[in-house]
Amino acid sequence: MIFEVFRQEKKGQAFAHAGSVEAPDAAFADAWAREQYGRRGESEALWLVPRTSIHAITEWADEFDLKYRRVDGYSIKSRLAEARERASAKSSGA
Amino acid sequence: MSGVGSTEPQGHAGLAGVSRTKAERAQQLLSLADDELILGWRDSEWTGIAPTLEEDVAFSSIAQNEIGHARALYELAAVELGTDADALAFDRAPDDYRCAPLVELHLLEWAHTIARRYLYEEADRVRIEALMRSDDTELAGLAAKIDREETYHRLHAELWAARLRDEPRFRSAVEELWPYALGVLEPELRPELARRVGLEVVPAQERGAHTPELAELWDEMTEVRRSIPGAQW
Repeated sequence: MIFEVFRQEKKGQAFAHAGSVEAPDAAFADAWAREQYGRRGESEALWLVPRTSIHAITEWADEFDLKYRRVDGYSIKSRLAEARERASAKSSGA
Repeated sequence: MSGVGSTEPQGHAGLAGVSRTKAERAQQLLSLADDELILGWRDSEWTGIAPTLEEDVAFSSIAQNEIGHARALYELAAVELGTDADALAFDRAPDDYRCAPLVELHLLEWAHTIARRYLYEEADRVRIEALMRSDDTELAGLAAKIDREETYHRLHAELWAARLRDEPRFRSAVEELWPYALGVLEPELRPELARRVGLEVVPAQERGAHTPELAELWDEMTEVRRSIPGAQW
């Protein structure tokens, strides 16, 4: 069995994928992950998830070219600069 | 108690006697430290060649922990003997080491290696529990500290033992090493070990005489230290 290992470095932080452990069962995965991902006190907590329990999404339908839904390519830089100018003119003019 | 020759009057393995001399205390500490150092050395021989990558990391890490326990024990003994931990670990002649024959054996096969790890952990647990009740508060404190780390060693050893329990190779390795495992403990603690492992007390491979394997190990272990006497590393 392959277990994906997620590691929390400090209390309150999000768990991040750290790697995996191949073990015959959850008990061995526990023993091995402790040594591999925690023996130097580098982890606050670990999550071990059987790889088969992970529902992965890798396919994305984009048949109709949905670029128009995205904001990239629509520059607001110049408009932001103008807005800032207007704001500063207003406050200094008052 | 039906232990082999259990003549010690005090309950705690002859480990806790208040009337112990400094020399006796030093010898006790050296027995403990030598067991941990030599087994740590033996187990580290599997680094890079353990059955799986994960086990390799775990086994090497446990071996390092045992050497760490040895250092802490040598430091206590060093105060008693007016020397330092490195001198005790590396500068004694092979015959002066106090380790049990169990830890000296050069085991080149995984079933035997894991059988020794399992038997040693079980024996060490009985011994540590006795030490934690000892009147020697300094040693009792260190034993408690060691015990917290040993929890994970036991978890690891017991997993393997449970998994291999019905494997003939593992069973015969346990039986072969059993008299050696008994030799890790003082006679009065042996019935407890037998109870936990589910075997009968038999005549033990006693501490004191060494196997020829120890001299070979010592030769390799102390080679760098002997190459430049007195150097600081």
